[in-house]
Amino acid sequence: MKYVDEFRSKDGAKKLATEIARTVDPNRSYHVMEFCGGHTHAIFRYGVQDLMPDNVQFVHGPGCPVCVLPIPRIDAAIELAERHDAIICSYGDMMRVPASKKRSLIKAKADGADIRMVYSTQDALKIAQDNPDRQVVFFAIGFETTTPPSAVAIKQAQALGLENFSVFCNHVLTPAAIQHILQAPDLRDFGAVSIDGFLGPSHVSSIIGSQPYDYFAQEFQKPVVIAGFEPLDVMQATLMLIRQVNEGRFEVENEYSRVVTPEGNLKAQSLVQEVFELRRSFEWRGLGDVPYSALQIRECYAAFDAERRFDLTKSKGQDVKACECPAILRGAKKPTDCKLFGTVCTPDNPQGSCMVSSEGSCAAYWSYGRFRLAQNQVA
Amino acid sequence: MLQRKPGSKRFPMRLNIKKGRVDMTHGSGGRAMAQLIEELFASHLDNELLAQGNDQAAFSVPAGRMVMSTDGHVVSPLFFPGGDIGSLSVHGTVNDVVMSGAKPLYLSASFILEEGFPLADLDKIVASMAKAAEETGTPIVTGDTKVVEKGKGDGVFISTTGIGIVPDGLILSGDQVQPGDKILVSGYIGDHGVAIMSSRENLEFETSIASDSQPLHDLVADMVREVPEIRCMRDPTRGGVASTLNELAQQSSTGMRLQEEAIPVRPEVHAACELLGLDPLYVANEGKLIAICPADQAEKLLNVMRAHPKGQDAAIIGEVVEDEHGFVTMETVFGGQRIVDWLAGEQLPRIC
Repeated sequence: MKYVDEFRSKDGAKKLATEIARTVDPNRSYHVMEFCGGHTHAIFRYGVQDLMPDNVQFVHGPGCPVCVLPIPRIDAAIELAERHDAIICSYGDMMRVPASKKRSLIKAKADGADIRMVYSTQDALKIAQDNPDRQVVFFAIGFETTTPPSAVAIKQAQALGLENFSVFCNHVLTPAAIQHILQAPDLRDFGAVSIDGFLGPSHVSSIIGSQPYDYFAQEFQKPVVIAGFEPLDVMQATLMLIRQVNEGRFEVENEYSRVVTPEGNLKAQSLVQEVFELRRSFEWRGLGDVPYSALQIRECYAAFDAERRFDLTKSKGQDVKACECPAILRGAKKPTDCKLFGTVCTPDNPQGSCMVSSEGSCAAYWSYGRFRLAQNQVA
Repeated sequence: MLQRKPGSKRFPMRLNIKKGRVDMTHGSGGRAMAQLIEELFASHLDNELLAQGNDQAAFSVPAGRMVMSTDGHVVSPLFFPGGDIGSLSVHGTVNDVVMSGAKPLYLSASFILEEGFPLADLDKIVASMAKAAEETGTPIVTGDTKVVEKGKGDGVFISTTGIGIVPDGLILSGDQVQPGDKILVSGYIGDHGVAIMSSRENLEFETSIASDSQPLHDLVADMVREVPEIRCMRDPTRGGVASTLNELAQQSSTGMRLQEEAIPVRPEVHAACELLGLDPLYVANEGKLIAICPADQAEKLLNVMRAHPKGQDAAIIGEVVEDEHGFVTMETVFGGQRIVDWLAGEQLPRIC
């Protein structure tokens, strides 16, 4: 397939692996945090870690939108469907994420709630048009990449005069989360490894550009390389990070120049700006309350804000005891450090959010990496 | 009971197949049901055994090992590029029967119809079943029709059961798979799942991919005649090639090692999967088979398969290895290694 296969070539991988092996300083280690779950997935799917020298380690970050959503938000979505009899439209990834009391959207659906899996905001709008006597709520999740379509949907609903459509907004921001991880070293648990640099998510930067990272690259003296999601992109970006570390540089570099520009997609940004504003604080699973790390719907579009339209009780939902998702999302622990991993918690019976989405570290470890665990056990 | 009533009096008004719809009386056991059976079902599925008009079909079978398999079909949409629920319900069961190496003999069919379902669509579906049954030489010799209220079904669900007879001396079974054996696939994988996805109401996208739904009885007949040493065969339907190989690995307590480069995937399927975030290894097929055979027979089997139109794109995609954990692993096109696990959750609901 054109424009894809080129970035998965075995020869390219071999060349880059040789170059990386030649570039690393054998007397030190490199801890590279790939912020985004898409990168985690690519690293495992293609076996990128196998091609790295032993002293280059990937630390998996919190960039999996369904993983970082705290349980009370999922409880709220279920409440919208059950107590307010709304049709909830959700992306498929959210369906199996555990909520309070061992429930999830898919279990609530089986119990009779009207919860529908959609592929885009447009599907949700159509459902609202087709069901004028029902309230339809779009369960909006995701980082900067999925925010513009939510903004468009709200504007379309307004133009169409759709009074039964609203958005339950859970959009979160990447730079704020990275900054929070760097700002609060205690978050990363005592004794945990330090991070030498970040692979920045390129889809996010296709919207926001690379500029938003300039501040903390300078402030925290950590290099950032915006990387595409193909395995060769990940390897090339890792090489760029290693070079920056070796040379003592901490710049924002762009490996994904075939899509990302410094300023990003200005039209999308202005749409988001028009419909959304910063939330003072938002709870992230694993990171706790992070100031100015999420978006809410502006007053002028209040009619389409599910949180304003419906009276929602404040759930105190908590993670399953012994589930290490919070520490795993901070990069402080590995999935294999969790007692539940692979015993009671598997993709078929997820206890924590990281085991649900294919972008979650636990799911990636389990689905693609299990044979390594077996080898370790034998060795 | 789906049956023909040869001597029965004609009904005063013919069934309006063009514009009529299924109603509750069509499942009542009364005259309306008899008319539906005679004018719609029997007119397409006509055969001697069905025409006996009994509650069961009676026939003699040759002595030997028989196989029997059953399959429910709930595919959505009912009509998709390359097939429909009618042909699929014949192919699905015939293929399950012939994976034993058997020659398929007879089929039964049970219909659950939803009130309000257009008779014209039902007519198309039954005609398509009849054609598929004819093609495979497996008449539908007994059947049943039930009607459920509107909203309690989704148009039509079809269950079929098939029986077949295995040639003397042939025993194919998943537990015979041994380390060193080769793994073959009969052609491009993932076509059916992608064709269904492309025609889903909320996901329509333009693609030239048609379902691979087809009966494999003739391909299988060639394979077992030429290479009776085949250890086992399986059709990778729901859960795709990945799930089928995991089943076999577990059943035989072996591991499987695949070469990603060797697995035939059409560029269009590859592209659609990329777009939808699916892995072709987990996407359903309805006209492909996986065969496992001793290594020294693999080239011969490959040639037999490639000589048949339904196996012309066949390939050797990997080998069976010793592995107490029963893992299926794959060397990726990228040169790394990864596990190919069981499918978790539901990748595509109602695919067959």
